[in-house]
Amino acid sequence: MSAFAHLPSVSGQPPPVARPGRHRLLPYLLLLPGAAWLFLFFALPLVQLATASLYDPNDTLSTGYTMTWAFGNYPAALQAYWPQFGRSFLYAGSALVLALLMGYPLAYAIACKAGRWKNLLLVCVVAPMFTSFLVRTLAWKTILSDNGWVVGLLRDVHLLGPDGRLLATPVAVVLGLTYNFLPFLVLPLYANLERLDHRLLEASRDLYANAWQTFRRVTLPLSMPGLIAGTLLFFIPATGDYINAELLGTPNEYMIGNVIDSAFLVRLDYPQGAALSLLLMAATLAVVFGCLRRAGAEELL
Amino acid sequence: MARDVPAGDLRLVDLTKRFGAFTAVDDLNLTIGQGSFFALLGASGCGKTTTLRIVAGLEEPTSGQVLLGGRDIARLRPHKRPVNTVFQSYALFPHLDVFENVAFGLRRRGIRPVDGQVRQALSLMQLDGYERRRPAQLSGGEQQRVALARALINQPQVLLLDEPLSALDLKLRRRMQIELKRIQNEVGITFLHVTHDQEEAMTMADTVAVMNAGRIEQFGAPTEIYEFPATAFVANFLGQSNLIAGVVSGDNGGDILVTAHGARFAVPSARARADRGAVYLGVRPEKLHLADSVDQVPTDSQYLDGTITDASYAGVSTQYLLRAGGGTELSAFVANSGTQRRYGPGDRAVAYWNPRHAFLLGRRADENDRITPVLTEPVATA
Ligand SMILES: Nc1ncnc2c1ncn2[C@@H]1O[C@H](COP(=O)(O)OP(=O)(O)O)[C@@H](O)[C@H]1O
Ligand SMILES: [Mg+2]
Repeated sequence: MSAFAHLPSVSGQPPPVARPGRHRLLPYLLLLPGAAWLFLFFALPLVQLATASLYDPNDTLSTGYTMTWAFGNYPAALQAYWPQFGRSFLYAGSALVLALLMGYPLAYAIACKAGRWKNLLLVCVVAPMFTSFLVRTLAWKTILSDNGWVVGLLRDVHLLGPDGRLLATPVAVVLGLTYNFLPFLVLPLYANLERLDHRLLEASRDLYANAWQTFRRVTLPLSMPGLIAGTLLFFIPATGDYINAELLGTPNEYMIGNVIDSAFLVRLDYPQGAALSLLLMAATLAVVFGCLRRAGAEELL
Repeated sequence: MARDVPAGDLRLVDLTKRFGAFTAVDDLNLTIGQGSFFALLGASGCGKTTTLRIVAGLEEPTSGQVLLGGRDIARLRPHKRPVNTVFQSYALFPHLDVFENVAFGLRRRGIRPVDGQVRQALSLMQLDGYERRRPAQLSGGEQQRVALARALINQPQVLLLDEPLSALDLKLRRRMQIELKRIQNEVGITFLHVTHDQEEAMTMADTVAVMNAGRIEQFGAPTEIYEFPATAFVANFLGQSNLIAGVVSGDNGGDILVTAHGARFAVPSARARADRGAVYLGVRPEKLHLADSVDQVPTDSQYLDGTITDASYAGVSTQYLLRAGGGTELSAFVANSGTQRRYGPGDRAVAYWNPRHAFLLGRRADENDRITPVLTEPVATA
């Protein structure tokens, strides 16, 4: 149709071009459901949360909340709960290190070495997700319990003292986090390594790189996108998690998620809960962007 | 073994590679002289890449040796071999820029500073100013030159090139052929160049080895192979040939006598690969000349007469097909020099050749005439 658009129309009528209105609107129409969803369930709650975080901190649910632009809620919340904040990042960070140490070789093995076992192994990675998060974490409670075989074994080899324990320690929480979020790290990494061009590895070996150098200089940089995606998908929910600390730890292991949970549901201190939520979000974003910028810079080098 | 080998010769000895039951490289023996430009020519799937990968160390041979200056490197890991490869796909590192791609080998060997050498290699390839570009931002020809620079900068004892020009368009390919030849002259490194393009092999290489189904059919200087092929496969893979089925009927001192299609021909015995039984009498199409009648044929020539069945005009030359008695169809290239008369289909003509240009090849008794069909690309028939 457009091939004739430049020709003068013989009949004097406008040429039969498609009505432009529909064409221009169509993409927006397609965006509409997603945009509406985002607005209803992300933008609105966020505004609501931001508003709630600025309510008068002395109000309670029974007296009703008044908006007093109480920015002081933020420093107050931080002052009261900075140890939980720190713990969140410390535990999630430790879990991330463990998950990377296990997850990278796992993803690499599945993508490059598994051959016909590939699909089975992938199912194994995903299979735990078929049961509830809660049930899985409770199972770890059994595994790590004081009279379980893990603790028994560790006591026998004197890695734990005679009355040492795992449950209700930071170790248990970190292990729980590692286990629960490992698939989120492995799957994007696998998807990336699966597409790795093996001819590049051969080229590297041909150019005097040994196995380790080939990994360091070719495989690792090429898998960066998958590694970053996996790290973010692991780290963000792990930082905000409260189930693992609650089931596998004690109040001494509580993370910021537990505090937010109790602020909203137990203490009914909405302004504080909202302020903590937003602080967690800001801190996570800061860490994520810091990570991305460093990774980006490294790739350019 | 008695022959003393120059230090840097690459020798493949009884090299065999099997994938399961399939034999990709079959008892290969080759000597590639130090500093030579060696072309391994063969149809797709005949085992050229596999041979190259064995030399590079990316594939382990089932049996046999790879000797480099007398040292067996067949079981060395690739990064320990003084050999570099220009891959068919180039395999440039997409996450590194041109400079780092070229510097890769030097850095892995801990050589520094790399700056001067990299710039020198880039300028040898006429890639000045491309240092900071990524491979994705380069054209095919530029990528090819980066791949070459990346391999050459390491000054390997042998450079392996796996159809490095096959992804380029015709014009660029011709230019790169000349470039490669110039570079090889300049650096003096042994080039082992794999290709399926017979013209490329002949124009570039000092020595050509023709490979078929995992074996070497013949190797030697391009003119040698072309003028006096050793097998019917070579005769038709490297250019075209008229192969007339005949039987040796005797010899008269210097010549072998052959009977084919009821006529008798003589071929100098120096140009015979077989001197008894079933043979092919071979003549290259450009060595066949056409005349109107038998009395115009020079006395020292031999001839077959027949009818022109096809004339394809190709600018520089015309390819005629002439059906001779007995059904043999001969192909003849006649240069369009302006002195020759043009024939059309149906015209009677005599095809003649000088016996010094003919050659004799062994033939299995059940094989018939083999005349290359009119095709621009050589066909590989085993
Ligand atoms: N890894 C492999 N496994 C099985 N067969 C292979 C493998 N590599 C090559 N081949 C087979 O070996 C033959 C020769 O391959 P190749 O050396 O790549 O041929 P060329 O480079 O001459 O086209 C082909 O038939 C190919 O299918
Ligand atoms: Mg090949």
